[in-house]
Amino acid sequence: MQRILDTRPQILHRAVAATEPVLQIRDLRVWYGNSAALRGVTLDIPERRITAVIGPSGCGKSTLIRSLNRMNDLIPGARVEGQVLFRGQDIYAPGVDPVEVRVRIGMVFQKPNPFPKSVYENVAFGLRLHRKLSRRELDERVERALRLAALWDEVKDDLHRKSGLELSGGQQQRLCIARALAVEPEVLLMDEPCSALDPISTARIEDLMEDLKQTYTIVIVTHNMQQAARVSDFTAFLLDGELVEFGPTEEVFTRPRDARTEDYITGRFG
Amino acid sequence: MSVRAAGLEGRRRLERRERAARVFVAVCQAATLLGLVFLGILLVDVTRDGAPYLRPELLTHFPSRFPSQAGYASALVGTLYVAGIMSLVAFPLGVLAAVYLEEYARPSPLTRALEVNIANLASVPSVLYGLLGLGVFVELFRMGKSVLAGALTLALLVLPLVILASREAIRAVPFSVREAAYALGATRWQVVRHHVLPYAAPGIFTGIILSLSRAVGETAPLIMLGALQYVPFLPRGIWDYFTVLPIQIFNYVSLPNPEFHRVAAAGILLLLVVLLFLNGTAIWLRNRATIRW
Repeated sequence: MQRILDTRPQILHRAVAATEPVLQIRDLRVWYGNSAALRGVTLDIPERRITAVIGPSGCGKSTLIRSLNRMNDLIPGARVEGQVLFRGQDIYAPGVDPVEVRVRIGMVFQKPNPFPKSVYENVAFGLRLHRKLSRRELDERVERALRLAALWDEVKDDLHRKSGLELSGGQQQRLCIARALAVEPEVLLMDEPCSALDPISTARIEDLMEDLKQTYTIVIVTHNMQQAARVSDFTAFLLDGELVEFGPTEEVFTRPRDARTEDYITGRFG
Repeated sequence: MSVRAAGLEGRRRLERRERAARVFVAVCQAATLLGLVFLGILLVDVTRDGAPYLRPELLTHFPSRFPSQAGYASALVGTLYVAGIMSLVAFPLGVLAAVYLEEYARPSPLTRALEVNIANLASVPSVLYGLLGLGVFVELFRMGKSVLAGALTLALLVLPLVILASREAIRAVPFSVREAAYALGATRWQVVRHHVLPYAAPGIFTGIILSLSRAVGETAPLIMLGALQYVPFLPRGIWDYFTVLPIQIFNYVSLPNPEFHRVAAAGILLLLVVLLFLNGTAIWLRNRATIRW
């Protein structure tokens, strides 16, 4: 028993109070063709907190997070039932434009996916889509986004000359974060943003998330439990497309209510 | 003792394996050389025949009864004319069809049937396109044996090639890049306009240029169509009669006077230069402009 306790990831920060939910997920079910990926998940995502979604491979973590800004619409054969209320409005209601949803709920992907354009153009792309901005405004907002993502100092000298593809993996991922932040979303979804990165780059992105949660609501999918314990305020544990447990990270990791959560976080499976 | 014996045995086996590897490489080299040798023989033969006729008059003279007067003026201009109009028709249509099939069409039995048919059309013998052009453009639409009818027939011929090459190029753009753009709130059109098409462009242009060189070298469909073999004037409009380089060459080859065969050889060299230029541009584009993801 003592050994099990010792293998628990350390909780680095104290419990935080829940805030108003920004996203309310109600009995969400998702199918790919005939196979069910989510079997009725109900969950509230609190504002300006970091919520981690953990669980073994294939449990539906990515499906869940991709349902929150309708990225699953892009996958042929994907079908969604249930509701995702964003500030009270169902993003799956008829008449809701997924484009508008994605402007307000941004996303960072598992593998860094910069555009094969200059660093500047990578960040400016999202800005240009929605508004006509003057050159000066555009410059300012690109710089602000790159500073927020802690990338500015490394790229400021050749913003226009260097392609996003020429950056290192960790820089590419911070560029993707800057690109997502530039359009000023209210929620940032991160689908295993560090799984392709080395430990130093990972640490930088975790620090960044800590800063970002002053302004943004963050949902992060991770299969790295240490990471979930380090960065998140709340943790949701998914298993086979169902939500097993959800609560403040400290409670989930130290006093899980469900035996399956206990087994998973102590490394007994998954 | 036994260890050394085993070592020797092992070395012998290794030698056998390496010999097999050398034989394989030699066979591959022979296969490559065989094609090159024949191409070389052809080139040398054609150059020897055609060299005396490679002079400026070849480009400026019209067909003539006298080999020394004969040239390719009307054929060259006809080729440019037909290829130009064909490009205007086939390339936009082909690229748009490819974009539709890759980015918009939902998978359904209908789109699957479309895809299979386009792939099949790409391998239909070109003579059949000539018959189709004769039936539809020349007869049904009463275009006559005009530049326009020829261009449209060749457009039909290369359309499947352009669609296939463009789809290939579009498919090479990773899904993750599309996702990135969608996640920023881009519409489907914005994703296609700002990302898919620009990134696929080098591949699409490569396909377009190769299709163009295919069209420039085609003879059979235009013969079926009734392209004239003796055109002593330059086409003045899309309704004019026309001839093209390969047909003019074919014409000179079929004349009994052997001097005309030399004129034909010079024409072949001319055509080869045009094709080499086109294919070289395609290769250059592919190497220089393609994005390495």
